[in-house]
Amino acid sequence: MQPDFQPEVARLNRVIKNYGSRRALQEVDLCVNRGEILALLGPNGAGKTTAVKLLLGLLDPNGGEVRVFGKDPREARGRQRTGAMLQVARVPETLRVREHIDLFSSYYPHPLSIAETMEAAGVCELANRKFGELSGGEKQRALFALALCGNPDLLFLDEPTVGMDVEARRGMWKQIRSLAARGKSVLLTTHYLEEAEALADRIVVLHRGRVIENGTAREIKSRVTGQVVRCRTKLPIEDLLRFDYVNDVRREGDSVEIQTSSIDGVLRQLILTDPEAAGFELQKGGLEDAFLALTAK
Amino acid sequence: MNIYWKETKYEFLKMLRNPRFGLSALTMPLLFYILYAVIMYKSRHFGGANMSSYMLATFGSFGVMGACLFGIGLNLANERGLGWLEVKRASPLPPAIYFLAKLTIGLLFGVAEVAALFALGIGLADVRLAPLDTLRMFGILVAGSIPFGALGLALGYLAKPDSAPVIVNLIYLPLSFFSGLWMPVELLPKALQQTAVYLPPYHLSRLALGVLGVDQDHVYWTHWQALTCFTAIFLGLAMLGYRRDNARQNGLA
Repeated sequence: MQPDFQPEVARLNRVIKNYGSRRALQEVDLCVNRGEILALLGPNGAGKTTAVKLLLGLLDPNGGEVRVFGKDPREARGRQRTGAMLQVARVPETLRVREHIDLFSSYYPHPLSIAETMEAAGVCELANRKFGELSGGEKQRALFALALCGNPDLLFLDEPTVGMDVEARRGMWKQIRSLAARGKSVLLTTHYLEEAEALADRIVVLHRGRVIENGTAREIKSRVTGQVVRCRTKLPIEDLLRFDYVNDVRREGDSVEIQTSSIDGVLRQLILTDPEAAGFELQKGGLEDAFLALTAK
Repeated sequence: MNIYWKETKYEFLKMLRNPRFGLSALTMPLLFYILYAVIMYKSRHFGGANMSSYMLATFGSFGVMGACLFGIGLNLANERGLGWLEVKRASPLPPAIYFLAKLTIGLLFGVAEVAALFALGIGLADVRLAPLDTLRMFGILVAGSIPFGALGLALGYLAKPDSAPVIVNLIYLPLSFFSGLWMPVELLPKALQQTAVYLPPYHLSRLALGVLGVDQDHVYWTHWQALTCFTAIFLGLAMLGYRRDNARQNGLA
């Protein structure tokens, strides 16, 4: 099988990364599949940027293996298929947006045209502005343009919407989605649960250098809110899914497992709809603390 | 080749539009030359040459060093400190081209600087050099961008970004003075004349002065040898800084 047909484009394999005595990543497994948007979610300091920098070959892992398109990303040639948007304090201010795009396009073998890049990144009206004259959100969009100008198969976006207002953020989401629609794979980091939910096919939650969650937004939300109702009921799953507060339902023999954000809400609806429901078991998850840290940010 | 061309072109544009670089690093040697060679000492002679030609050699060295220290050193320190170097490293741009482009613009600004000084000297300060001597002095001065380009790389990697402007000036200005670029080294106190031989700009200016027949007491080749040694030392320091920078990012330093 040729490597190009493998579903996996990037992976961290039990990767350990220490900064001196501080452990930034502890045996992290992570995999980006072809054509998916993967969100790496976590509070500041969780290790998101470290994971991205390892995948870009900017850092050396202390243990484990980093692979991008089957190769070690520290070899510069592999980067012709990736584009990156990093958090940067300041950019060279005296070059125009169009000039920066022209320059970065020249690094790639088959770049988009400058016009296509500006269209895809929504920076057409910024073309002749110098980087130093851009607002925070405009700067992010210009950096986004540099990440995608080479027409890469895989994009790394580190906190792409930081410093953007709501409207600009939604615009950026739309552009990221249209990348995925064209078959690109995207790994983005964010500390907004909402952003991960709106964009990602799959979410990996990092907390203190460990992966604590990995799944779709729906799966994670139910586990995050962390509440489960188990009981025996004759109601079909489709009816249960229509209840308020219900995130997911699974049938196990004659009982069901309902993932919910409100146990009280589910119980009230359940008993009203099926008075014969019985054998209730309630469970609160253990992820709340981690997510309080997330949402508190 | 296309990458190198574009990288150099935009590096050039970037620096040209930077007012701090354009106004301070590039114009200072020109202003000094106008003040000393055109206005004050135009008709004086010194060491067997007329003063305005003598100063073409010294301020030419001063200008080439400035173009490299600010255009390469400060520029690199800034990009390193602000995360831009990392953006470049994350791109497919081969690192060698990044550095090569920086060295090239150091050279280009050096050429522009020396050309401007020659124009001032010939046009306003009665500099009369044979065409061949003009070419020789021009070539020697421009070759100075090799050792000073290497020093620029070293400073770019070793200086902390926020203190880099101060550090570059603290190296640039005293080094120039103690090498006799502002005032002929023969007029400096004896002790300073003896320390000057340990400074790279001294050797560059002596090579350029050699074209005028000023530097008779030294063997010409020792200046070339000294500059070669300094180049090697600066490249070694730059490599050391590069390694240290990588180690620091990996949390090892």
